[in-house]
Amino acid sequence: MLPVLDEEVIRHRVAKRIALDFEDGAVVNLGIGIPTLVSDYLPEDVHVLLQTENGVVGAGPKPEVEDLRFIGAGGRCLSLLPGSCLVASDTSFGLIRGGHLDATVLGALEVDSHANLANWMIPGKMVPGMGGAMDLVTGAKAVYVATTHCDKKGRPKLVKECTLPLTGKGVVSVVVTEFCVMRKIDGRMVLCEIAPEVTQEELKADTTMDYDVSPDLAPMKGIE
Amino acid sequence: MAKKLIKPVMSAEEAATHIKPGSSLMVGGFNYAGVPYTLIDALVAQGTDNLHLIANDTMYANEQHPEGIGHGKLVVNGQCRKVTASHIGLNKATQRLFNEGKLELELVPQGSFVERIRCGGFGLGGFLTPTGVGTIHEEGKQVLEVNGKKYILELPLKADVAIIRGYKADRWGNLTYFGTGRNFNPAMATAAKLVIAEVDAVLQQGDINPNDVVTPGMLVDILVLKGDGYYASRT
Repeated sequence: MLPVLDEEVIRHRVAKRIALDFEDGAVVNLGIGIPTLVSDYLPEDVHVLLQTENGVVGAGPKPEVEDLRFIGAGGRCLSLLPGSCLVASDTSFGLIRGGHLDATVLGALEVDSHANLANWMIPGKMVPGMGGAMDLVTGAKAVYVATTHCDKKGRPKLVKECTLPLTGKGVVSVVVTEFCVMRKIDGRMVLCEIAPEVTQEELKADTTMDYDVSPDLAPMKGIE
Repeated sequence: MAKKLIKPVMSAEEAATHIKPGSSLMVGGFNYAGVPYTLIDALVAQGTDNLHLIANDTMYANEQHPEGIGHGKLVVNGQCRKVTASHIGLNKATQRLFNEGKLELELVPQGSFVERIRCGGFGLGGFLTPTGVGTIHEEGKQVLEVNGKKYILELPLKADVAIIRGYKADRWGNLTYFGTGRNFNPAMATAAKLVIAEVDAVLQQGDINPNDVVTPGMLVDILVLKGDGYYASRT
């Protein structure tokens, strides 16, 4: 059995680990939830350009005085950093679909052995719409999935085959949970980092996804 | 018939009378920004129904705002027979009416949504996108292979009327935008038979620097000044 960590610990651990992957100058789109927190953990010497699909390149943190004329994709107010720009939605999605984003970070309902991602609907229950997610996973150079290892009922989210409708087929590059980092290498999911609380056997028991173990398997970065 | 060179500036109520029952209606905006709130309120008051709403999202309707916000009100008020959008998750009425079979719903990936509108306005017969390949969004659509890669054929989207939100207009209808309020508005201005723009200010022609114009006035039919409603005055 995997240990149960505090929800806030999980959220910040996952966000921090993903932030460590980004290089200076990267253009990144952050989704809602854990992905939003990634911007809090970017190393000081790494300047990342945050893109929001509603039309900002160079988004900054929430301002002191809220102004509804400047919002992010989640509807929260944002600031514009010096050097930022505003574009219309057709240009914004041209940037996204056209392969101009270095990375996108999204949540998941399920991610599977074939790097498929399902995160936009549960038939009969939740049909919010895909928003920009299908375009983001199709166009970004790297697709990061930020998720808890198991769902609220304790079922694995890293599954053998997705059962929910897909957001994108074979699109996932990296999966980060509170317990591991999995990377797609030559079309296979590979366990590259593991958290200190768990053994490989414990992780395997709560992961139905088929994955290989990297010969360079390392402790998960970013955990003090 | 050619559009008028000098655009009429109307009250929201008068402009809304140009939107007829059964119309397809594009509404600009993403979440709170770039939404023609004043025109929507006039349309809600007018009660025009059987609309096909084409908007990125259906804004909000929830416990705090059961009446809805922005064009979310059109859904709550039962004025729409169909919604074409990319995201409806924040409007509980949209989900409920769809589940009850009272609303037709077409969900489109956001990039495909805006590009379909652009095609509608720019004389194109459709476009090929990799977005949605291998997902249920493929269903009922042609999938074509070009140079070994699969694409979905997406078709143009047009409307009878577009109500959009600009920042400054001149009397020729040239429009600028502000902040994240630009979003879908410039694309929608190209894709409807009648374009009504709600703006913060109407200036004389020549008072907007041509370098700043985003939407050419030739696309716009009617100008409406934004009102003092809660969201209209804050966006």
